[in-house]
This record gives sequence, structure tokens and C-alpha cells, in this order.
Amino acid sequence: MTVDTAAEQKLFRDTTADFIASETPLAIVRALNASGESFNREWWQRATEIGWATLLVPEELGGGSVSGEGVRDLVGVATELGKSVGPGPLHPVNVVLAGLVDATDGPDHGELIDALVSGTSIATWAVYEPGSPWNPAAPGLTASASGAGYVLSGVKDRVEAAPQADVFLVTAATENGPLQFIVTTSSPGVTVEPSGSLDAVKQYGTVTFDNVEVSADAVVGSTASTAALIERQGQIANLLQLAETVGALDTVFNFTVQWAFDRYSFGRPLASYQALKHRFADMKLWIEASRATLDGATQAVQDRADNAPYLVSVAKSYVGQRSVEIVQDAVQLHGGIGVTWEHDLHLFLRRVTVNRQLFGTPGEHRRLIASQLGL
Amino acid sequence: MTETAIETVEEFRLRARTWLAANVARVDPDAPPPSSGDDDAEWLHARELQKRLYAGGFAGICFPKEYGGLGLSHEYQEAFTEEADGYEMPLLLNVPTLSICAPTILDMGSEKQKKEHLSAAIRGDEVLVQFLSEPSGGSDLAGVLTRADRDGDEWVINGAKIWSTSAYAGDYALCLARTDWNAPKHRGLTMFLMKINSPGVDLRRIKQVNGSTEFCEEFFDNVVVPADAVVGEVNDGWTVASRQLFHERTAVGGGSPYTSGRGKRDTRKASDDFVALARETGQADDVHVRELVGQAYAHRTVQEQLIKRVATAVESGELPAPAMSLIRLFHAETDWLNTDIGLELAGSYAVAGPLGRGPLELGTGYLSRQAASLGGGSSEMSRNIISERLLQMPREYAADRDVPFSEVKHSS
Repeated sequence: MTVDTAAEQKLFRDTTADFIASETPLAIVRALNASGESFNREWWQRATEIGWATLLVPEELGGGSVSGEGVRDLVGVATELGKSVGPGPLHPVNVVLAGLVDATDGPDHGELIDALVSGTSIATWAVYEPGSPWNPAAPGLTASASGAGYVLSGVKDRVEAAPQADVFLVTAATENGPLQFIVTTSSPGVTVEPSGSLDAVKQYGTVTFDNVEVSADAVVGSTASTAALIERQGQIANLLQLAETVGALDTVFNFTVQWAFDRYSFGRPLASYQALKHRFADMKLWIEASRATLDGATQAVQDRADNAPYLVSVAKSYVGQRSVEIVQDAVQLHGGIGVTWEHDLHLFLRRVTVNRQLFGTPGEHRRLIASQLGL
Repeated sequence: MTETAIETVEEFRLRARTWLAANVARVDPDAPPPSSGDDDAEWLHARELQKRLYAGGFAGICFPKEYGGLGLSHEYQEAFTEEADGYEMPLLLNVPTLSICAPTILDMGSEKQKKEHLSAAIRGDEVLVQFLSEPSGGSDLAGVLTRADRDGDEWVINGAKIWSTSAYAGDYALCLARTDWNAPKHRGLTMFLMKINSPGVDLRRIKQVNGSTEFCEEFFDNVVVPADAVVGEVNDGWTVASRQLFHERTAVGGGSPYTSGRGKRDTRKASDDFVALARETGQADDVHVRELVGQAYAHRTVQEQLIKRVATAVESGELPAPAMSLIRLFHAETDWLNTDIGLELAGSYAVAGPLGRGPLELGTGYLSRQAASLGGGSSEMSRNIISERLLQMPREYAADRDVPFSEVKHSS
């Protein structure tokens, strides 16, 4: 990376951080939560104006990144957003874009890409199915060829921003193997049922596809490219979660260290007790290791390296486990205040737990690693 | 190539690849492990390999040219290490000779010491070891009781040291001794470069629970060393020792640029190929076993990533030097996790089964599991350093601070 690139990346990141600090501080997150809202669409459009949905999109399709390293830049945005458990469809929109821009062997989706880049449309990946673990390449929802198009039947759940989305990217099974489709939420036969969510602002839903007819133009890529598209979407989905989590850990650790300096017991600050100092040392270690493995995975995905699937699973295995341990210990170090609604800790605990569980738990990724190692 | 031409890392790598193929034998994976307690031949072989590296122009890659090195940056060393994978390398000389003692002499030694000992170590002529810990205390290094008394142009040393890695194979040792008993503990110490084969040095090997005898203890009875054996200044030995500990934590953590070649230094250590172990024990389809295997490899990869991140951040100043304790502590965590998972995978064969390579070795390794969190400074000391020097938390109370050492209570 050149000095210029680094400076541009820093400027972009600072702009992002300023935007988040002024537009969605924790008070706004709490206000959204209190009103049952997930995010404000007008706010999201302004977020896209600073480039939050352009980073994975090539310039010829209306996108681009300041550094030419879009994955890295996007991970930077997600990290900043994680620092204040920000709202918004950064995650689902960019995961869908990752698939669309790589699907060069299928119908053109330039118009949808434009709408996502400019924030006028919200898309999300409908991949999980009721009762199923993380196994995106083996969908149960069917897409049967019918005339010039397809008919989709089945149910997807744990779909982020399903209540807010305009468009679903649906992973389906055809007789020729998995294939993905773009389906608008207003299509006849599509029903969205909001579900519960552990997160303060991220919302999820179950989407039923009851003989939904789509044209051949709705296909994303081809059966030949679908496995690679699903892999890429999964990598981006995990990276953005990991980045958010690393950002969240940064904030939690900083305010917990400060708490240890400020809080006195038996006439001395908590930070002076060796038993507690050693726990802070462990937390510091785990956070630095989390950053290191996020960096490694990000670079591999950026470079489309052969070991990107392995490094993403390594990062998810490690960060997924340690993140919740760190935040739970931060709760313990805060004492009773840590389990109150009033304290911000739970907002962070919610987000890192959500990010641990979705798109493959640490256990699921460890099994993937074993397979990747040839076991 | 002329003296002034700058060889790129890739050019260097290709030259190393060619040279290694022509000059060094490949490691035989089926070779039986050497019997414990008798490794003189291994040491001779390591010295011979180092001499060959030196003759070929691949020794001391990151050490300055004037002392026999190549004066290149760590990228060159990393390239060489990658190319040397699978070849016989003098791994025994990495710790402590090349990665701890030599860099300490480079940082703190006199010109004469650097010219003599640094060059000799890089040439494979000298093995350097550390005489630091004492039977009276491990973590409290500055509390050493070994004494050095001035006698004309010489110093006379009396006392005892312990946990000196490979001292039996060494030529010289960096020996920390007390030279002023009226000063507070950190300010009355001096570092000496002691010839191990000196009259009055009684060296014994310590047998560990896993059968290894790499550690030694030494007793000094009026050992005489010359005045120019002092490293740094008289009574400023703690400055030297601090530098040495920094290099030690870096080396143990796996981040030293002076380490050449990788692989298990101790060929007696159990295999860490858990994929093969899961297959050999018929557990390849067990979901729990597959998760454990994935977890072990993930942690190893994160360790490599952390070393890279911390080493780069310390080099650039983004993190202060004590951050090296992070990789020291992570090394212990990784080792524990792998030892525990190895035991789990080996099942009952870890405790009863055929001798030699196999699950029983994992059981034996489990017996010395804690070595990873003790050697090179304990994990508890690492946590003190991280919390006090990275997070700026208050330092622990010390009863011996600013007190003349002669008045300090200590174990006998």
C-alpha cells in the first residue's frame, strides 16, 4: 500500500467516523430501539453518499473505492460502525452487491446495482432456512423452470432487514444445482414475517415464497458460477461481522479500562488489583489477536487468495469465541451496573453475540477448517 | 554481483533456493528421535550446519556486516526461512545463541565483544547461553544473589544459576551478578560474559518430567573472569538484562528477526499433525474431533498473524516495545490449547500404548504442559508487563523498591 493510498484510506475512514459520531451516536441507536425502528432510510441515503455501498462495486458499474482496495475500505467502515453498534443495512446491502458484481456470466443487474449504490433500494441475502445450520451451498427452497422463467417455493428465515428490504437475493435449488435469484418484496406470493432479534436495531424476518414467478432476468450468474458467488457472499458477510465486532470490542475495552481507573474499592482503583490487571492483559491480548486475524482474512478476501475461505473461518473461529468472552468479562468487571438496561454494555453484547452466531458459529467454522485441511 | 548492487528480496530468495538445494540435506521425516540426554552429535551437527551457512553467505542475515552478518532487513530472513523449510537447519543455535545472546551483545556489548563473540556465533564457532535465573527465585530476576567481587583486574564470582538452556553445549554465558550490595536491587548488578569451561564452574543437567535434559544448573566457586568481560557498565547490568529479556520474550513468542529456519527445535516433541492423528485414531468422522482439529489449527494461524501484527507495529512505533509480551503470552495460550487438544484426540492411547512416535508422546508432552507458560518469563510476568506498561495500570507493590539490597528479605 502506498503512502497516498494510506492517507486516502485514513481520510475516508475519518469521514466515516465523523458521520457516525454526528449522525448515529449511541443515543440515536437507543432512540431507534425505543421506537422499534431499525434505521432511517433517508439517513442511509446520506451514508451511501459518502460511499458505503460503492466500495465493492467496480468503477464502470458506478462504484469505486478511494484506495482501489474496496474490501479493506469496507471493513474499515464496518469497524467504525461497530464502535457504536451502528444501525443500517451496510451488511446486507454489501453482501448482495458482492454477489451481483461478481455475477458476470448471467443477466445484467446494472439498474439494481445503481439503486443499491445510491441507497434508493435496500437488498438482503435470503439464505438460511428454517431449522438448518450454516450450509449456504445446499438450499432447500426450490426454483423450478417454468416457461421462460422460474417458480420459487420455500421459506427463508433469519433474513437481516427483511422487514425493510425492497429486494431479496434468494439462494435456491434448481434441477441443475444451486442458483440465485433477485426477487422484489412486492412480488405476488412473497410474504415477510418479522421475527425477534437479539440486536438493539438490526431486525430479521422470515420470508415465504409461495409459487413466486420470476423471469429469467432475475437469475444472478449461472449454475456454473453460483458456488463461487455463494462463497464470496459468505466471506463478505463474515468479514463485515468480524469488523463490526472488532470495532465494538475496541469501544468496550476502552471504557472498561477507564472504569477500572475511575472506580475505587477499599481505597484503591480497580486497576491496581493484580487479579483484575491480569484479566485486562488477557483481554488486550485477545483483542490484538482479533485485529490481527481480521487483517489477515481481509487481505486474503481483498486479494481473492486461494486461502481466503480458510482465513475467514480462522478469524470467525477465533473472534467469535473471544469477542463474547471479552464483553461478558467486561460486564463482570463493571459489576451490577453491567447488567442494567441503562448501561451501554448490553448494546455491545447484543451485537457481538449476533455476529458470533450468524453465518457460521465458531464451531461450524472449525468443522469447515477441518474439511479444508483434508480431514 | 558487485558490492554496491542491492539484491531484492526475491533475488535473494531465488539464490537461497538454489544454494540450499545444492548444499543442504533435506530433513528425514522418518528418522528416529534421538535418545534423550545424549545429543552431542546434534550439537556438532548444528555447528557444522551454521559454518556451512556462513561459508555460503546465508548466516546472520539481520546482523550487521562488520560483525560477520549480512546487514539485511527481516524480509530477507523471512524469505530465507521460508526457503529453508524442509532442509536441515541449525535450529539448536536459534535460542538462545542467535536470537537472545547475540542481539544483546550487539545492543550492549563493547566493540571487542562484538568483534569476537558476535562473529564467532554467526560463524558457528561459539554457542552462547544465559546464566540468569537462580534457585532463590525465577520471576524476580533483579533479586539475584550470585556475587561478583572485584580483585585487581579481575572479578571473582560465587553463587548458583538455574534453568540455563543448553548450557552444557555452550562456550560463553551472559551471567548476571550482584556487584554492589548497598545499592537498591536493580542498581547493583553487572552482566558478565563468562567462559563456561572455567575453573570453579560446576555444571549439572536437570532432568525434566518429559525426560528432556536441555536445562542446566551451575554452581560458581571463585570463578575468575577478566575486567573486560563486563557487558555494558559495572552496576548497570539491569539495563543489559532488560534488553536481554526483551530479546528473550521476542524469541520465545516467535518474533525474532535473528532466528533462522523454523520447525521444532526439540525433535523429541510430539507430532502436531492433528489431521493425521484424527485419522489414525479412527475419529475422522467425529464432529467433536473435527471441531477440535479446526480450533487447534485456527489458533496456530492466529498466532502467526499476531506475531506479524505486533512485530510490525513495534517496528513502526504504533505499539511500544513491551508489546512483545503479547506474543509471549499468546505462545503459551497456543501451546496449552494444542497440548490439551492433542491429549483429547489421543484418548486412552495417550497414557498406555506403543513406545516411540505416536499418541503416548502426546501424553508425555502433556506432563510438561506448563513449560510453555513458565520458560522465557512466566505468563504472570507477561500479564504484569501488558497491564502496567501497555495499559499504564498501577505497578505492583514491591517491598524492595529503593531499599539497599543488603536489607531486603529474600529466600535463602
